Amino acid sequence: MTLNTWIDLVYLLAAVGFIMALKGLSSPKHARNGNLLAAAAAALAVGFTFAYPSVRAHSLNLVLTLVAMAIGAAVAVPAARKVKMTAMPQMVAIFNGVGGGAAALVSIVVFLLEAPAKPAVYRIAEVLFGVLVGCVSFAGSAVAFAKLQELMTGRPVTYPAQQVINAIVAVAIVSLAVGTLVTGSVPLLVATALLSLVLGVIFVLPIGGADVPVLISLLNSFTGLAVAASGFTLDNNLLIIAGTLVGASGILLTRMMSKAMGRSLANVLFSAFGSVVTAAAGADGTGESRSVRSGTPEDIGVLLAYARKVVIIPGYGLAVAQAQHTVRELADLLMERGVEVFYAIHPVAGRMPGHMNVLLAEANVPYDQLKEMDEANPEMATADVALVVGANDTVNPAAKNTVGSPIYGMPIINADEAENIVFLKRSMRPGFAGIDNELLFDDKTTLLFGDAKDTLTKLVTAVKDA
Amino acid sequence: MSTGILEFLTVFVLAGFVGVEVINAVPSILHTPLMSGSNAIHGIVLVGTILIMGSSHGAVQITLAFFAVLLATLNIVGGFVVTDRMLEMFKTKPAERSKKAADSTGDGPTGGAA
Repeated sequence: MTLNTWIDLVYLLAAVGFIMALKGLSSPKHARNGNLLAAAAAALAVGFTFAYPSVRAHSLNLVLTLVAMAIGAAVAVPAARKVKMTAMPQMVAIFNGVGGGAAALVSIVVFLLEAPAKPAVYRIAEVLFGVLVGCVSFAGSAVAFAKLQELMTGRPVTYPAQQVINAIVAVAIVSLAVGTLVTGSVPLLVATALLSLVLGVIFVLPIGGADVPVLISLLNSFTGLAVAASGFTLDNNLLIIAGTLVGASGILLTRMMSKAMGRSLANVLFSAFGSVVTAAAGADGTGESRSVRSGTPEDIGVLLAYARKVVIIPGYGLAVAQAQHTVRELADLLMERGVEVFYAIHPVAGRMPGHMNVLLAEANVPYDQLKEMDEANPEMATADVALVVGANDTVNPAAKNTVGSPIYGMPIINADEAENIVFLKRSMRPGFAGIDNELLFDDKTTLLFGDAKDTLTKLVTAVKDA
Repeated sequence: MSTGILEFLTVFVLAGFVGVEVINAVPSILHTPLMSGSNAIHGIVLVGTILIMGSSHGAVQITLAFFAVLLATLNIVGGFVVTDRMLEMFKTKPAERSKKAADSTGDGPTGGAA
């Protein structure tokens, strides 16, 4: 067998590894091994790639490859190790974006290599697809990162003539792409790449902060397809398989996520267009003039200690305050007193689906105490206290009642059905979706302001004394 | 069109079906790790970037290829490490079937980084 055949066999092995890894990642039991398997498969494939004579033909290029890999690893490992659990979504967005950028660059360089002898039309089409999708993923992920990191507003960004501008950009990209197909011109390809970056930005701007997780999943799928496209340009089966696996499973995952929010994908992506007026209408009556009831930790401690059934609804505020251990302490204390306690987990609590489960697992909360939304909601009416810890949008009744609200139609945890509602909140600031919560002004609601960890610690003391 | 492209299209279509089939029923607690893990898998574009660097000539191509290798390395290395950190959180699960075992957090197998 030739060397190339051996390398192709290793690539086949790696592809099988990726498929089994994805399978493992979808079950709690095998998830970690699945990830390690994928990492091993990737390491094997990358290692054997250096066996190609072409890779080692020019020593300068080889050295530069190794330098770039060393820099990349030196940056990525500490970043991924040190990132807080709460900042994971941004981190995934960044790693996804750079992957899209890499795929676009691969396609561009292949084109530069082949351009002198005008390539066949289908070759140019492969390049164009990789460049377009990779650039959209790169720029879109960057904006998603900025939204999650709160470098910019999490609200949908809308401006006059948005649809017209989008249409112009889309038409321009199509024309440039057709031009590139016909002429095989390098400047036209570069222009297409630049406009695709613009498209990525304007595609993500109008998507509200609460929907960004679904968006990241979609962009992840895009990057997969861009990688598959670079596989086509390089005639490399491994890239085609790995990229397509991610592209296809990513689309399915994206649909599952938007389904968890009770919305169609199209609604998530495009609902903000032309909704400037309705969004403003949803946010009128800003709470200044309206009264809320705030309580002392002692009052609330007594309320909790003598309740029969307490439902804890955790949200992003709990994650930010790193209060997952304290909330578990409070829950344990209540259970020792014979109070029935469970956690109601909204599918998109935190900033990514499953984010809250990861955080509570970190605090060793037993899994049988975690109830998913569909399981928890029928029990809400019989709960004495709904303790909302740093959540907001996921219990906002506007999702059920206010047509035209940005979150209208999203399923929520029915905290409003409980006998009493206690909000632990940092401030009256609205949630990530940027809209007011009627529930805060409800007669049944008591508020306790402060950092979730502080207020929970005070509640633990109050319950002990009660 | 050459027969080569047809072979690659075949692989592409079949891989698409496999991708959909393989993650058919994912519990929502694993949505985030799955997204992160598949994010790492498309980092295999690193193989492609190494190949194009090998055949690049001239400052423009080599510079572009250099950044391609750099970005792909960030994707693949960061992706696997971050996913492993997320999944580390799940390691005590089987021990917690009984109610009060929550406190006895055993030392799980400490997996190496990717």
